[in-house]
Amino acid sequence: MEKIRNREDLRRVRAEYGAALEAQKKKILVCAGTGCVSSGSLDIYDRLKTLMEERGIPCSVELAEEPHGDTVGLKKSGCHGFCEMGPLVRIEPQGWLYVKVRPDDCEEIIDRTIARGEHIERLAYQRDGEVCKRQDEIPFYKKQTRLVLEHCGHIDATSIREYLGIGGYSAFEKALFEMTPDLIVSAVSDSNLRGRGGGGFPTGRKWAQVRRGEADQKYIVCNGDEGDPGAFMDRSIMEGDPHRMLEGMMIAGLACGATQGYIYVRAEYPMAVSRLREAIRQDEEAGLLGDNILGTAFSFRLHINRGAGAFVCGEGSALTASIEGKRGMPRVKPPRTVEHGLFDKPTVLNNVETFANVPLIIQNGAAWYRSIGPENSPGTKAFALTGNIRNTGLIEVPMGTTLREVIFDVGGGMRDGGEFKAVQIGGPSGGCLTKEQLDLPMDFDSLKKVGAMVGSGGLVVMDDKTCMVEVARFFMNFTQNESCGKCVPCREGTRRMLAILERIVAGKGQEGDIDLLLELADTISATALCGLGKTAPMPVVSTIKYFRDEYEAHIRDKRCPAGSCKKLARIEIDPALCRGCSKCSHVCPVSAISGKVREKFVIDQSKCIKCGTCVGACPFHAIKEG
Amino acid sequence: MNESFDFSVMDGILAEHGCSESNIIAILQDTQEHYRYLPREVFPYLARKLRVSEAKLYSVATFYENFSLDPKGKYVIRVCDGTACHVRKSIPILERLRSELGLSETKKTTDDMLFTVETVSCLGSCGLAPVLTVNGKVYPTMTPDKAAEILGELKEKA
Repeated sequence: MEKIRNREDLRRVRAEYGAALEAQKKKILVCAGTGCVSSGSLDIYDRLKTLMEERGIPCSVELAEEPHGDTVGLKKSGCHGFCEMGPLVRIEPQGWLYVKVRPDDCEEIIDRTIARGEHIERLAYQRDGEVCKRQDEIPFYKKQTRLVLEHCGHIDATSIREYLGIGGYSAFEKALFEMTPDLIVSAVSDSNLRGRGGGGFPTGRKWAQVRRGEADQKYIVCNGDEGDPGAFMDRSIMEGDPHRMLEGMMIAGLACGATQGYIYVRAEYPMAVSRLREAIRQDEEAGLLGDNILGTAFSFRLHINRGAGAFVCGEGSALTASIEGKRGMPRVKPPRTVEHGLFDKPTVLNNVETFANVPLIIQNGAAWYRSIGPENSPGTKAFALTGNIRNTGLIEVPMGTTLREVIFDVGGGMRDGGEFKAVQIGGPSGGCLTKEQLDLPMDFDSLKKVGAMVGSGGLVVMDDKTCMVEVARFFMNFTQNESCGKCVPCREGTRRMLAILERIVAGKGQEGDIDLLLELADTISATALCGLGKTAPMPVVSTIKYFRDEYEAHIRDKRCPAGSCKKLARIEIDPALCRGCSKCSHVCPVSAISGKVREKFVIDQSKCIKCGTCVGACPFHAIKEG
Repeated sequence: MNESFDFSVMDGILAEHGCSESNIIAILQDTQEHYRYLPREVFPYLARKLRVSEAKLYSVATFYENFSLDPKGKYVIRVCDGTACHVRKSIPILERLRSELGLSETKKTTDDMLFTVETVSCLGSCGLAPVLTVNGKVYPTMTPDKAAEILGELKEKA
């Protein structure tokens, strides 16, 4: 990549790569997101490449400056979001999507689709007998509005050339040459963009505060420490369209007068780290990062910090402490990060998706942005749709879309014929939504009103076989593990709450446990030091609110209505099948089974510890858990 | 202290990152990548080079989940227990692996130093839940039986 020296250079290069992309009519895009890679997509890529070489089909793996109309572009794209159907292969110019492609299918793809332009029906997505040829015909995609994720899956994620070819860095160009820093800040403020990391704080207000701050150095920090279990929006952006996010950070640097930026990425996302490293290297080589960018006075550099496995580092002050090489523990606020952030300097700290929204706002204007979604929460939101749902994956819909549309239209409804029970939104800091809230618009304010939050955007769908008390215990166990230990309410309070929940799911719940949980929740929310502690009781409070009867069934009747809590299950011997062989009584570790040989054996429920050993030992399958 | 410990590896890592306090995490990460854990020998050495106390280094090394002061097995199996994997039954997979290898919540590594079994909060591969990783490689849509099969394959390879 040649160095781009000025605005004219940038425009010329963009036009050249645009033309090269245009000229390349036939393209095969193999998804190389984490999901598809683990389903074997790189083998598909290699196989396709070998096949084209064998058949003498000119194939280009990197976009060249000189357009060659007859070459077939073979590319590794970012995540399409439909991970469950992976490995995914997209065929251009038809826009076809092949799903669950195996290496054995590659020959047919080359010989039929590439050579003769034929569609292979067997590889297309099918639903209820209907074949969806084109990607945009698939119901999962039809109902989405992909703006932030628009390039994910459609361009080579590792190529700055392709990003430039589709008009990349034009928002940065506009900001750099046509706008003053104040204008950029006011565009972001006017757009009413709110932080996509969870809190929904207005991004423009943060930027304005840092812009006003006086310091010899200011920092732009990107929070890519997507720690919520069940969320992977940011991962897909970092892997699938890294340049879009970097462009957003560069615009932030320009607006706030910062010359240094840091990206903090979870260590669990190795591919995101390597894609970002490569993207930064390409930007430096192209002269889009470094000193005197495009011949202007603006200088900006980006650094990557890998997290080391601490959920609390998603909290602002803990994250900056971690970048500084310290234990990632939050501190008392104020002062806020915008005044005393990284290395004690004014710092803009935004999440990956927030930064990825910025180029769109600068390019299309604040008014355009506000026209999408509700007034107070404009724009789109990416959600990770997971759990007991038919279509799991990454989706993007306008803010304010109802839960019903997301689950039943985009998500295709429940999997395995289960019945919708609840959805957990916002991870360990969020709450659950039930059938009654299916028509609630999902935006920052509406969700807050019902005791949930958008969070970073994890949506875990649960069916009638999921026990809500166990779900609450799961999240409490998570927060307890991840509590940094600095403040007592979180360190000790979550431990006590977890102990009570463990007792309840083990069938040892006591009268008054629910009130005790609520009292502890109240204290923790009011007194914990940071946002993570304050919101830690949310899953418990919201499950008690909507599923109090399940808690009561566990405590009073020692019964799990969903039939999922193992320790509340009864293990019984079916007298019709028991032949009296005595095997079960020999293997029982607590001598709970008694009987005479060749007569019926019985389990003493008061002694039984539900270990299930006897179930496997019975040669006649007479012992059942229920 | 082990006299024969070779510090040239550490020197290489320090040269790459620079002897600055703010690079402690990156330095420890690279150290762990090389040794697969953090050998105690490196702490006094690093403390001297970085001009910080050993206590400070230990405070960082023990805070973050990814760092381990104990050697790990040749194959590190991490079972994802994020929300999505949890509701699609990741725990039976973990239990099966532990029972096949004679491990538990407290005993994470086999005596022959071949396997370490851990849990991880979320790998972000929720669309393929439940997943596990072996030395970083993701295995999608697991079941207890499939996990046991993987164990068998790894044992044969070892």
